[in-house]
Amino acid sequence: MGFFEKLKNKVTQQTDTVTEKFKEGLTKTRDSFAEQMNELFAQYRTVDEEFFEELEEILIGADAGVSTVMELIDELKEEARRRNIKDSKNIAPVITEKLAEKLDKTGDDASLNMQGDEMTVILFVGVNGVGKTTTIGKMAHSFKEEGKKVVMAAGDTFRAGAIEQLDVWGERVGVDVVKQQAGSDPAAVMYDAIQSARSKNADVLLCDTAGRLQNKVNLMKELEKVKRVISREIPSAPHEVLLVLDATTGQNAMSQAKTFQEATDVSGIALTKLDGTAKGGIVLAIRNELDIPVKLVGLGEKMDDMQPFDAEQFVYGLFRELVEEQAEESS
Amino acid sequence: MAFEGLAERLQSTFDKMKGRGKVSEADVKEMMREVRLALLEADVNFKVVKKFVNDVKERAVGQEVMKSLTPGQQVIKVVNEELTALMGGEESKIAASRKPPTVVMLAGLQGAGKTTTVAKVANHLRKHHNRKPLLAAADIYRPAAIDQLETLGKQLDMPVYSKGTDASPVDIAKGAVEEAKEANCDYVLIDTAGRLHVDEELMDELQQVREAVEPEEILLVIDSMTGQDAVNVAESFHEQLEVTGAILTKLDGDTRGGAALSVREVTGVPIKFAGTGEKIDEIDVFHPERMASRILGMGDMLSLIEKAETSVDDERAKELQKKMKSADLTFDDFLEQLEQVRNMGPLDDLLQMMPGANKKAMKNIQVDESQIGRVEAIVRSMTKHEKDNPSVMNASRKRRIAKGSGTTIQDVNRLLKQFEDMKKMMKQMTGGNQKGKKKGKGGMQLPFLQ
Repeated sequence: MGFFEKLKNKVTQQTDTVTEKFKEGLTKTRDSFAEQMNELFAQYRTVDEEFFEELEEILIGADAGVSTVMELIDELKEEARRRNIKDSKNIAPVITEKLAEKLDKTGDDASLNMQGDEMTVILFVGVNGVGKTTTIGKMAHSFKEEGKKVVMAAGDTFRAGAIEQLDVWGERVGVDVVKQQAGSDPAAVMYDAIQSARSKNADVLLCDTAGRLQNKVNLMKELEKVKRVISREIPSAPHEVLLVLDATTGQNAMSQAKTFQEATDVSGIALTKLDGTAKGGIVLAIRNELDIPVKLVGLGEKMDDMQPFDAEQFVYGLFRELVEEQAEESS
Repeated sequence: MAFEGLAERLQSTFDKMKGRGKVSEADVKEMMREVRLALLEADVNFKVVKKFVNDVKERAVGQEVMKSLTPGQQVIKVVNEELTALMGGEESKIAASRKPPTVVMLAGLQGAGKTTTVAKVANHLRKHHNRKPLLAAADIYRPAAIDQLETLGKQLDMPVYSKGTDASPVDIAKGAVEEAKEANCDYVLIDTAGRLHVDEELMDELQQVREAVEPEEILLVIDSMTGQDAVNVAESFHEQLEVTGAILTKLDGDTRGGAALSVREVTGVPIKFAGTGEKIDEIDVFHPERMASRILGMGDMLSLIEKAETSVDDERAKELQKKMKSADLTFDDFLEQLEQVRNMGPLDDLLQMMPGANKKAMKNIQVDESQIGRVEAIVRSMTKHEKDNPSVMNASRKRRIAKGSGTTIQDVNRLLKQFEDMKKMMKQMTGGNQKGKKKGKGGMQLPFLQ
């Protein structure tokens, strides 16, 4: 069975709603990406130097980053030589296979590290404007749907209106928000939040933080302190540190991932705003160079548009037409 | 940083060409490969890169190498000139209507920084152009966006027009213009909700606002960290709204900001402002030539020079120099110098602007601003007598100073040693050989950066 068939089988085994979410969310992404790929396969019948050059540009155009793309192209060339692939159509499954492999190196570590009896603490970090607060609101909603008791901590005490923003989410979702005044110490907010969440017997505590550019040393130190305070109260916490990343971000996302990882030991990425035309290819480079898995993706503006990341769904979403067309042909 | 500056990357290529009189086609081709990679890594869209590289290639081949430049530098010069030209050459100002109020609408993707930028632009207009702006809160979708603008308006002591989240953005915009007329405000800055450029419904809404209030300026707010997709975003917004300019935000990060070039190339409109920090006054008029250097990774030397020029008082500088020569520099002078350097902005900013700031050597340098605060505290805990005559310092005085400044004796000792070292260094620099003075007045004033 070819990779496309395997992929299709796997994906169709999953619930239709998830597949549908990915399909819908990635419509714009896929349109431009698949269009480009289709053009590529139509224009270049044989797998040659020009074909690879064009492919290189498509991938760079998806923000996958020059060095990662070059590495990938080299691997593809090698693979084409090894399998003696001449027809460009036959290399399409190899491309998707490689992409999925790169996105999902170690299998199923994309699930969140949820605690059994203890309260699960999730800390959200990232630069300004990536959608941390919105992501937290959506996560609170989905945890609540699962029947969990959720508390949110308004740790962004800096940006005007940030606390109010989380408050609105709290009301919308029906979840408690622990907050202090604007300008107060975010570490103190976390301390409060942990005490309060404990006394309420919460299952999940979602911690918001102010957006900060990763080259601001003082602000990164502040974030380290926030994390330290959490760990002091609950030694195993935070159980997840999610770096929220805007899918439209270019190569700077690599620097973001690196620096935030150094400061807070990031355990996963929440990739937001994938419902636009941005392809978020930078996660490929981040996975490749830093090995931080993508755990969540934001596929739309609705409350339940935050989904667990699934590399196969993601790649399938991008290559859907190709996959279906070829799977049909071979069956 | 994931990448080195172009200048550094090109070095090895240059070395091979040293001593040649003309730039050959093969040389250019090789260098253009590096230029292409540097631009791609800076997030310039690949189509824009392709076109750009072809243009430059044509210009660069066969050029006579200027005496003062190596062939490599020559190519960089051409690249830089072309980039600057592409970026729009000169600075561009915000429009002013003949019939006030001037209506300015800001639009962009979610999280680009529109609300913050509205407040910053308003502050800029008041501070530098003596205008009286009114802010209009037309983002009715994002939770608490109106609160955010109102809070910012309060901080600035500026009127904010809002009608809650139930009014339509069109009504809010109209109402704001009316209000501005009554209150004699000469600018109306309309904050709009962030939206995807592919969201037809919301893009329609912006068009309706545009038709209703006919803004003189429609500014696309774009995150400087945006990747390849900047082209699609800019193209769509421009197509649907005919934007008149762009504002680049979050430039205080370490991004190269290649998106600026992409936006400029596909829309043809000028970039008018650049957001340079979290504080409300951290916005700058956009300087195309500096952005060109930044994208290329050549440092923002011009900005640095200008900052040094405006911050350092000429007369005082001369006086200081005289004092340094005679080596009777006091702690008061030291403090003053520290402040002058500080006035130029956060030290990391300054370091970033230095050419070569991306080089390996600079990688581990992190400026701890609190360290400088400590130094200040120590000096301020000294008596006048001690400041003027550092030699009187003894153990008991040191103890008192450490206590007074909340530091340790070791800290005080370290500072005294540094001060002595600095005096020695200054004496050498200002003494017989003029090595240190090469850079002119700017060079003298920056001992803390070295």
